[in-house]
Amino acid sequence: MELLEVRGVSKHYKDFSLENINFVLPKGYIMGYVGQNGAGKTTTLNLITNLCKCTEGEIYVDGITCREDEVRYKECIGYIGDAFYYPPNFTVKNICGILKNFYTTFSVEKFNELTHKWKLSDKMKVQDFSRGMRVKLMFAAVLSRDTKLLVLDEATNGLDPVVRAEVLQLLQDYIADGERSVIFSTHILSDLEQIADYIYFIDEGKPILYDTKDELLENYLLVKGERRAVTPQLAKELIGIADNAYGFEAILGSDKAALLTREMHFEKPTIDEIVIHYIKDRNEPGKESQAI
Amino acid sequence: MRIIISNQSELPIYAQIKEQLKEQILNGQIPEGSTLPSIRQLAKEVGVSVITTTRAYSDLEAEGFIATMQGKGSVVLSKDNSMVRERYLMRIEEGLTGAIETARVMGLPDEELSGIFQNLLHDAADKT
Repeated sequence: MELLEVRGVSKHYKDFSLENINFVLPKGYIMGYVGQNGAGKTTTLNLITNLCKCTEGEIYVDGITCREDEVRYKECIGYIGDAFYYPPNFTVKNICGILKNFYTTFSVEKFNELTHKWKLSDKMKVQDFSRGMRVKLMFAAVLSRDTKLLVLDEATNGLDPVVRAEVLQLLQDYIADGERSVIFSTHILSDLEQIADYIYFIDEGKPILYDTKDELLENYLLVKGERRAVTPQLAKELIGIADNAYGFEAILGSDKAALLTREMHFEKPTIDEIVIHYIKDRNEPGKESQAI
Repeated sequence: MRIIISNQSELPIYAQIKEQLKEQILNGQIPEGSTLPSIRQLAKEVGVSVITTTRAYSDLEAEGFIATMQGKGSVVLSKDNSMVRERYLMRIEEGLTGAIETARVMGLPDEELSGIFQNLLHDAADKT
């Protein structure tokens, strides 16, 4: 059963276009949404939360579009962004008071339990909170409601490694019953390497790669070697060749491994490396790499 | 049950999980008939994706080590299971082949090798 379906979605602005985004996210899984700054990640997530409207295409959350039932659609979604969205002079108590009137499924007990567990003081103004405390407060607010889909836009930015690990654990707890899903954008790809089930990678508004994380890591090799050892056939298949004075590094489809000579070194890549070389490949003049 | 994921390993994560579970099933640390944690439970505990643990379990199932039943979870199968028995036999053959090769390298006569094997069998019998 799909929890989130994005079908042929495009959004055109004057100087930026997001084109033909297609994916499904089944119940109980985590998708990492990857791309450079300005690639269109936030635009996509804003379309999902219906903060802005698609020029073309349709988005379904738990089987319905926002047009069909806007309240139910939005009640399903919990959103956490990079920026802190509560008024700075509010206390945790103030925020709780507002949220309980705003969302029908908001549980004050659950909220108090979480803020207590994470030691978020009731009386302190939220402007005096650290980045980690703010993120935890946003999580407490979202997890106190009955949501089905978490949309996280760079939510782990600026967190120290300990808090980041806690957040990743939270996300895994969230999907543990197999009924709820998470889509999150990040450029800290090691986060994804751990827990993401699916990866969707866009560049300049166009989809580049979409696969399960495991397949993606298995389908590519990181190749290193001397440039003169590269045969013309191999050169055609290498993706995003990065040269330095003493050698090169590139990505190669695992199915092309037969083209490698003994002089070359290859190893399994990280998602970072796949992304960097793909973007390098797209930026090469005269090379029109195809979008999926 | 013990699972340790290494980022340095050349093996993909699903294969690391699979191999470690297999090892523990074969040496009896995970007894037959016991239920493995659910795919989602394991993913959460180890901190890996659900698809990764799903793949590890489906491979173990295909190789005859476990059976997954709706509502009951994944159960470790009996070692008499023919596929698992086949794996045990393969292990034995591998070990013995190694011994034979070593013997050839040092030029040990076959009778002496066979003698060593008999002695070891005796020792093992005495111990049990």
